[in-house]
Amino acid sequence: MKIEILGTGCKKCKELYERTLEAVKVEGIDAEVIKEEDIVKIMEAGLMSTPGLRIDGEVVSYGKVPKIEEIRGYLK
Amino acid sequence: MIGYILNFGWLKDLVTKLLLLFGLDMETRLGGSIHFFIFDVIKILILLSLMIFFISYVRSYFPVEKTKRILEKMGGFKSHIMGSLLGTVTPFCSCSSVPLFIGFIEGGIPLGVTFSFLITSPIVNEAAFIILLGAFGVKVAILYALAGVTVGVMGGYFIHILKLERYVEEYVYNVKMGHTAIQEITRKDRIEFAKQNVKETVSKIWLYLLIGIGVGAFIHGWAPEDLLIKYAGPENAFGVFVATIVAIPLYSNAMGTIPIAEALINKGVGIGTALAFMMATTALSFPEMVLLKKVVKVKLIMIFIAIVGTGILVVGYLFNYFL
Repeated sequence: MKIEILGTGCKKCKELYERTLEAVKVEGIDAEVIKEEDIVKIMEAGLMSTPGLRIDGEVVSYGKVPKIEEIRGYLK
Repeated sequence: MIGYILNFGWLKDLVTKLLLLFGLDMETRLGGSIHFFIFDVIKILILLSLMIFFISYVRSYFPVEKTKRILEKMGGFKSHIMGSLLGTVTPFCSCSSVPLFIGFIEGGIPLGVTFSFLITSPIVNEAAFIILLGAFGVKVAILYALAGVTVGVMGGYFIHILKLERYVEEYVYNVKMGHTAIQEITRKDRIEFAKQNVKETVSKIWLYLLIGIGVGAFIHGWAPEDLLIKYAGPENAFGVFVATIVAIPLYSNAMGTIPIAEALINKGVGIGTALAFMMATTALSFPEMVLLKKVVKVKLIMIFIAIVGTGILVVGYLFNYFL
């Protein structure tokens, strides 16, 4: 599973990254969690509000920092 | 009666009674300052929480994507007005300034309209509006909002007339934005969003608020009225200018400056001066400039500061003149 945190590096993006790592750990999933900070790539993903969460190429959330429970839900 | 409730007369009396219990007399400098401090802290926290919640809830109905779609279809001067108005209701954090800017431009929204949105948005934020409401009443709060919209509309329009598109970084025009399914927002999401906003705002500004109110309390009790009026009263045009300039490098959240403004105004500083200070702090904040630098060239940022700064000055003078 490839998980990307789309954002230009603000506090919210970091928070999403931390929460995602935590969610992945709790779910025990083998996933690669990377940060995408290139603005062009972020726009190509179709986002206008950061941070965004993309799992295996599909954007599941944007503009907010979902709770860990919510992230776990996306992972399933 | 309504005035008594809205202007927190009940809280004022409550704090006065409380302090009397501790033997503190309102008439003394110390008593007066402490009263001011406690009163303002509680008042602002109550106002903030209640109304940010309500306004955030309403704002959840205006996501950026919807705003973009509305603006894409409009043209002419009225699109600046719409852009500015939407700037007041669309929630967006400044960290999204860059994606939003690129998204708008890529969608064909003119540079000037995008700026109308970007100028008004930070000025007319719900927390500033609410606190102004509590500190100065409905009239000033609404005038502040109108001023923010005016500066945004005119600022964006001037940027449009001056055809400043050539100062936008090239890559912005070459970006191909992808399409993502629009998120479904449930009522629970809205409530969560509103709650988050309250938490975030309060935690972001509580320290500035306490400091700001602390300074305000000091001024309330101790600053010599003559000194302040001489340097920043309504008659002193220079005061508005100085206030605007000082605000630019100061990234103090508008909320923190309001208590200072409140105390200053009670000491005779012109309302226009104080409001100019507040608007400049939010519209011309240094971090915002740094973010904008990623998508536009320095020259455009300079022109932007000049135009918006002038707009704020004009509004500041007008307020001093008419109020």
